Amino acid sequence: MNEWLVVAGIGLLAISGLPGLVLSRTGSSGERVAAGLVIAGAIAGIAGSLRALIAPATAVPIRLGWLVPLGAFHVEVDALSAMFEIQVFLLAALGAIYALAYWRQAEHPDNGRKLRASYGVMVAGMALLGVGRNVILFMVGWEVMAIGAFLSITAEDHLPRTREVGYLYLIATRVATLCVIAAIALLVVALGTSEIEGSLDGGAPLATAIFVLAAIGCSIKAGVMPLHVWLPGAHATAPSHVSALMSGALIKMGIYSLLRFTSLFTAPPLWWGITVLALGLVSGVLGVAFAIGQHDLKRLLAYHSVENIGIIAMGVGIALIGRATGRGELVALGLAGGLLHVWNHGVFKGLLFLCAGSVLHATHTREIDHLGGLGRRMRWTSSCFVVGAVAICGLPPLNGFISELLVYLGFLDVATIRPGALWLIGVVSAALLALIGTLAVACFVKVVGAVFLGEPRSSAAANAHEAARPMIGPMLVLAALCFAIGLGAPVIAPALDHAVAAWAPELQLQPTGALAPLTKLAMVYVPLIGLTAAAAWWLARRFRGAPTQVGTWDCGYAAPTARMQYTSSSFAQMLVASFAWALRPEVKRPELSGPFPATSEFHSEVYDTVLDRLLVPSVERVDEQRRWVIWMQAGSAHAYVFYVLATLVALLIWKGGG
Amino acid sequence: MHPIFDPLLVVIMLLNLFVLGVSRLRSVIAASALQGVALGVLTLTAHGERTFEVVLVAVAAVAIKGIVIPRLLHKAMRDVAIEREVQPLIGFIPSLLAGALGTALAVIFSETLPLLPVHKESLILPCSFATVLTGFIVLTTRRKAITQVVGYLLLENGIFIMGLALLDAMPFLVEVGVLLDLFVAIFVMGIIINHISREFRSTDVARLSSLKEE
Repeated sequence: MNEWLVVAGIGLLAISGLPGLVLSRTGSSGERVAAGLVIAGAIAGIAGSLRALIAPATAVPIRLGWLVPLGAFHVEVDALSAMFEIQVFLLAALGAIYALAYWRQAEHPDNGRKLRASYGVMVAGMALLGVGRNVILFMVGWEVMAIGAFLSITAEDHLPRTREVGYLYLIATRVATLCVIAAIALLVVALGTSEIEGSLDGGAPLATAIFVLAAIGCSIKAGVMPLHVWLPGAHATAPSHVSALMSGALIKMGIYSLLRFTSLFTAPPLWWGITVLALGLVSGVLGVAFAIGQHDLKRLLAYHSVENIGIIAMGVGIALIGRATGRGELVALGLAGGLLHVWNHGVFKGLLFLCAGSVLHATHTREIDHLGGLGRRMRWTSSCFVVGAVAICGLPPLNGFISELLVYLGFLDVATIRPGALWLIGVVSAALLALIGTLAVACFVKVVGAVFLGEPRSSAAANAHEAARPMIGPMLVLAALCFAIGLGAPVIAPALDHAVAAWAPELQLQPTGALAPLTKLAMVYVPLIGLTAAAAWWLARRFRGAPTQVGTWDCGYAAPTARMQYTSSSFAQMLVASFAWALRPEVKRPELSGPFPATSEFHSEVYDTVLDRLLVPSVERVDEQRRWVIWMQAGSAHAYVFYVLATLVALLIWKGGG
Repeated sequence: MHPIFDPLLVVIMLLNLFVLGVSRLRSVIAASALQGVALGVLTLTAHGERTFEVVLVAVAAVAIKGIVIPRLLHKAMRDVAIEREVQPLIGFIPSLLAGALGTALAVIFSETLPLLPVHKESLILPCSFATVLTGFIVLTTRRKAITQVVGYLLLENGIFIMGLALLDAMPFLVEVGVLLDLFVAIFVMGIIINHISREFRSTDVARLSSLKEE
């Protein structure tokens, strides 16, 4: 029944945008129908997935024949799939509600219908990818997701920047698909069946090829540095509810696919785990470093996705190391931490992108240095953003802390391995994870300070209004989930155990609750939150009559302006400078001379090092060489068909002769 | 094998040559329509038992290739006021010679294939290859967008005939999928032809090279 519920949910999502295509272009009936269908599909899907997560024994795989060669309609929802499915369905529904106010048909008559259709297709593809257990069905999900996402990103395709970002995404996702198809072809050979089930020995030569190809393909999809090049632009340019969904759920499907592939291998080589862990560390540290250098709000959040994918990859890396060395506690801690972080990141990054969307909707700019003082004008949005910021920084008692704690415990466990040099990896990784947390705090102090505190830097920010109710509702739900997962961790732990067991069925695993002090933590939180609430209530009572509108203390300077505030670049300057070896910031400094220097400008920008300094120049260099082949591209359709004809005749003569 | 099976294949091959040699656009379209009808009948006669699926494919072939697509092409011709002449890049006689050469090549090539005896005696494979080659010749040597569409149509007819030889081996789904594919492709091309003529005031495919990357 779980499976059928999920399949019904996927079907409803897939068709959600279609009625709108034939309904009125100006009326709001299409968007309501779409939102209704997405919500109905999400309820069905979440119900099925939750049941599968809580009681994995209830899974009854659907196996139906299919006319497609190698294909079968083989759907199965185990606990691992269910974790990802719940997230996809939840964020899809919240995004659809949010879009009712954020992307109203009346305000976007040209692309509103197209966006809703592609949104439904994209989420349906994601959900199908998560449950399809036949290689063809899996690839169908993967491709539908990729194409749906491309169409959703390019909703505003009249803007040249959007088209550029869309093409980059398309190229990246093509490369990822190529790698995954190759991996799947080898997998079919190795398994001897086109169903994704069974188990393989990790030592076989084919296993290495499958892992490398799958890891590249999935890392591109997940946005692991240095394969993240498509991600910052796509997340920044897409409509915000699409960004929330992509960052919260789509890139996680890359992680899911990697987990699904690796789950088939018993006793994988140790270097698999170390590679994934190393990728995670690079992604985590550099992701947050690049985030600090950004001054586009959504681009900054996008780099935080790279960072958090890094943390998830660290968890997966620990689990792979555990599986390679036969240490169940490493598998339990690493994978539980990684999977919980998948959920957590979906919740808080979804929340942050929705908040960023409501800022964008109110001020029409993503430029942090044009914002400021929004805390007073957009109380709900700013409160939600602060909750999301605290959660993403991994501060207790919110959800981010729990998953990072599990990963930390995993690292500390790696540090106890003797003999060998693995312990060193554990120690260094734990230190780097601490660094990531610290930098994340710095980054979000910058964002909250520059966007929500202080004085508005532009008239757009000064005239900002609070978002409409359909936008605030989803944000509140996600903010509440940040608290719920943080405080309810002991309740969630058994579900995590089910998912971990689905990944490594051959190991005897201890429950997460026995490895990490989740219950104790929850017991500490309750009095702490009570005390904080009491203190807040007391303060509010004490200062009830105090003036609420006061200027910042200006050291006696009589004419302060909004431009004297810390900007996003000045706040981050020191940290950007210390990461200059990777960030390569471009700074245009004014030449100041004399006692009264003329008006001048300062500008700093952090470009994506991999994309703008490595990929684009090398592609251009290749492009310079193309005159050797360009004559073939005559630009005439006749010539192209002639090439096909000539090839065909040549083949006929060659094969016919021999 | 039905007694009129091979004669029908000969008719199809003659229609190929007719398409290459005739100068009136209407006749080209009519020939392709006739070929579509012949294909439908061919499907019915290819096998002893007429199952539901065979009849469905035959009816669909006649309806799509014999009626719907020719109508679409005529409509496109009217809508964009195309001149009634085929404009070839090479003359009609060289086209015919190329077609004849292609047919000869097809026959020679089919001889060398390891076939079942029932197919070896029949003209089915030479006819299939010859039709595909004719499609390619039309595609490479005709200027108008509408004749390009006819080229694709011939190409697909060739593949369809090949499918008849494999009807028992090829999944029914593939057959229907190909038909659907063709219908959508022609539909889209019809739209594109209109757009081409609106943008460039001509449906001459040779002038489309302005889209080429420099």
